[in-house]
Amino acid sequence: MAILVYADHNNQELSAATLNAVTAAGQMGGDVTILVVGDGCDAVAEAASRVQGVVKVLVAKDASLKDQLAENVAPLIAKLAPGYSHVVAPATTTGKNIMPRAAALLDTQQVSDITAVESADTFIRPIYAGKAMATVQSTDAIKLITVRTTTFAPAEAEGGSAAIEAVEGTGDAGLSTFEGAALSENERPELTTARVVISGGRGMQSGDNFKMLEEVADILGAAVGASRAAVDAGYVPNDYQVGQTGKVVAPELYIAVGISGAIQHLAGMKDSKVIACINKDEEAPIFQIADFGLVADLFAAVPELKSELEKQGIQAR
Amino acid sequence: MKVLVPVKRVIDYNVKVRVKADQSGVDLANVKMSMNPFDEIAVEEAVRLKEAGTATEVVAISVGPEQSQETLRTALAMGADRAIHVVHDGELEPLMVAKMLAKIVSEETPDLVVLGKQAIDDDANQTGQLLAGLLGWGQGTFISKLKIDGSAISVTREVDGGLEKVGLKLPAILTVDLRLNEPRYASLPNIMKARKKEIAKKTPADLGVDTTPRLKTLKVAEPPKRQGGKKVGSVAELVDKLHNEAGVI
Repeated sequence: MAILVYADHNNQELSAATLNAVTAAGQMGGDVTILVVGDGCDAVAEAASRVQGVVKVLVAKDASLKDQLAENVAPLIAKLAPGYSHVVAPATTTGKNIMPRAAALLDTQQVSDITAVESADTFIRPIYAGKAMATVQSTDAIKLITVRTTTFAPAEAEGGSAAIEAVEGTGDAGLSTFEGAALSENERPELTTARVVISGGRGMQSGDNFKMLEEVADILGAAVGASRAAVDAGYVPNDYQVGQTGKVVAPELYIAVGISGAIQHLAGMKDSKVIACINKDEEAPIFQIADFGLVADLFAAVPELKSELEKQGIQAR
Repeated sequence: MKVLVPVKRVIDYNVKVRVKADQSGVDLANVKMSMNPFDEIAVEEAVRLKEAGTATEVVAISVGPEQSQETLRTALAMGADRAIHVVHDGELEPLMVAKMLAKIVSEETPDLVVLGKQAIDDDANQTGQLLAGLLGWGQGTFISKLKIDGSAISVTREVDGGLEKVGLKLPAILTVDLRLNEPRYASLPNIMKARKKEIAKKTPADLGVDTTPRLKTLKVAEPPKRQGGKKVGSVAELVDKLHNEAGVI
């Protein structure tokens, strides 16, 4: 068996999510080939060739592939797929956008967002935002899989020496054009890939008060998130939202501040490795799932947390 | 411009999900069901397009059991003009639903199909992209802004790192994210009016779609329970535990 892993990248760097997908692919049993699709992406292909456990790197370079538009990339995946038992992509927004389109071209029912590999055809995936875990067996000849990156350890980025081979793209489908990106300006890591997340809820009382969380986030190298209550109250934009209908995160440390812990918020963060919370209401449901709960007024505790971190010289990793 | 909006009936997002004792699935008996929240946003966007004079007709579609009619009535009460119900009691997989939708698209010839980015039950996030692939149309997924100018449309997509703008030719598929709009509540007069609107019924067989699932669900289990509940007495203790005991900072 041979497994094709679709590389997530920005034409300059191979994203960490790809390394998690390589680990998942390895567990399916077979030689792992990485497919790099883009333009001017030689550095990415070289990085992919150094990933441990990878036997080959396929690179398709073309102006029509630069922005990884699904309309132009999916036909290439569909063309290559018959040589493989599985095609795997990290469940980033790029993977989620492209893979089902390729699945349509291959007449395959994709398995989305898997959190564990049981065997070559059987996978575990969360449903209902993780409130239940389904074990599903694919009957399709070629399995198309997206991988929830937070549940697979990253493959070693160095040590491999896979051969790099060029493949032809399928050209511009002429259906879509990339008009530009406005990637978040802030220096903080992205919510879904951050190692530490600090989120605020309705208890923050205003958008301005989120500055307190940002100061702590900057010390820890954390992303800042929010509960739906805080988003609905207009404190922060919707893209901060962690929860069933927002982003699902599973960082090493999740700090919930002024968040009561509604079911739909817990659904978005309960797979975090360690959960800490600060809330003045000791009956709040968030305490039931927190590893370390502090009953305190956040307006005193958060500034104190900042000064304590500074005092101890704790820095972002 | 004609707009199709597929909607799904799912467990209401406020309901606590319970796994059946025999691990065959999630208990849907006597549970409050609602329209998938992302689909409400899709309906709202389509209705706004009609109110702005851009769309001429909004058609809601649902694939599902008899009760999916209620979900379609909600879409009609929000402002959809008519509805199509593909009655299907069995398991719903995104590929099979996309094939049914593709057939309906070929009959209805809309300019735009607007869907929720994912359903909050199976969380697959596939149907819109599958439909776009089956039809060979352009796809604007996870959109938070939509601009239509004649036959060209421009969408702002929510991506992991921020936002992305993509231009699409019509006809096209759009899947919507939370920030696109705030869906309205249907008013009582509109709920009454919706009762008179037409819901056409079809079956998967009418559409020529095989409903044999491709995935076998072997088991549905509760997620592992967290051992939480420990409290700390001070900020200093919290920092100490996180740094020295858990080793996460």
